[in-house]
Amino acid sequence: MGIIDNINKLFDHRIRLGIMSILMVNENADFNRLKELLDLTDGNLASHVKALEQAKYILVEKSFVGRKPNTRYSTTKLGKTEFKKHIEALEKLIQKK
Amino acid sequence: MSEKDYLKDISEIKNLMNKSSRFISLSGLSGIFAGGYAIVGAIIAYFYIFPETGDYLTLHSWNFKMLLILLLSVLGLSILTAYLLTTIKAKKNKEKIWDATTRRLLLNFMIPLVTGGIYILIKLNSQHYGLTASLMLIFYGLALVNASKYTVGNVKFLGYGQIILGLICAALPGYGFWFWLIGFGIFHIIYGSGMYLQEKKR
Repeated sequence: MGIIDNINKLFDHRIRLGIMSILMVNENADFNRLKELLDLTDGNLASHVKALEQAKYILVEKSFVGRKPNTRYSTTKLGKTEFKKHIEALEKLIQKK
Repeated sequence: MSEKDYLKDISEIKNLMNKSSRFISLSGLSGIFAGGYAIVGAIIAYFYIFPETGDYLTLHSWNFKMLLILLLSVLGLSILTAYLLTTIKAKKNKEKIWDATTRRLLLNFMIPLVTGGIYILIKLNSQHYGLTASLMLIFYGLALVNASKYTVGNVKFLGYGQIILGLICAALPGYGFWFWLIGFGIFHIIYGSGMYLQEKKR
């Protein structure tokens, strides 16, 4: 059972996994950049971002660039650890079979 | 989820990580080239430009101007090669070359580098030639470490290497040329080959 425990339900979705992958290697990314990289609509991205934010895996920072609102996302320490655990679990699952 | 889905997950993660911080893919070959240019430049300087022993290199001599031109050519060629190789790679993967990652990477790379460059020029202007090689290595190393935040690769370690080499160089005056050759020539080639082999494996 040990391995299955580490598979994180929250990451078991292509889009949330994608958001985390990008934020793991970038200090931060704004909404439009995530949208562009993941090829998503506004509403779709927003709901998945919210799920990760509620789990405290990512940090949301709202500010203004000129007059335009700008939202930036970055990973929290918790998010990073959880993501690493998830990846390790995935790799072990693949090796086992 | 089945095994196939997990595999797909992993490849998707890798793909997104590379796409959003692409400079990992540039590093290999352009590192080897940059090292090569530096070594050729150093050989030219050693045999044709450096004054005979006992002579000094002064700011207004022709040697100094030639050396400056040579340095700038090495720098220019390295940048041009890196730029061309990245463009080719980006086109192949259908990525945009000028985006937020590139901008951030360049900005963070340039801040220590330009600071160092200006500092060296000020020092040269007040006839402090001795530490030039050491300062170049240290500031270049700092620039690499600073820029490495925006890559997944091992540029950081190249940066640490250059900084350490620069500090040793500062402690051993008179051997600046050789340390410069090791740092900009040999370190680049070692690092570039390592990265190149790693890229090939994928």
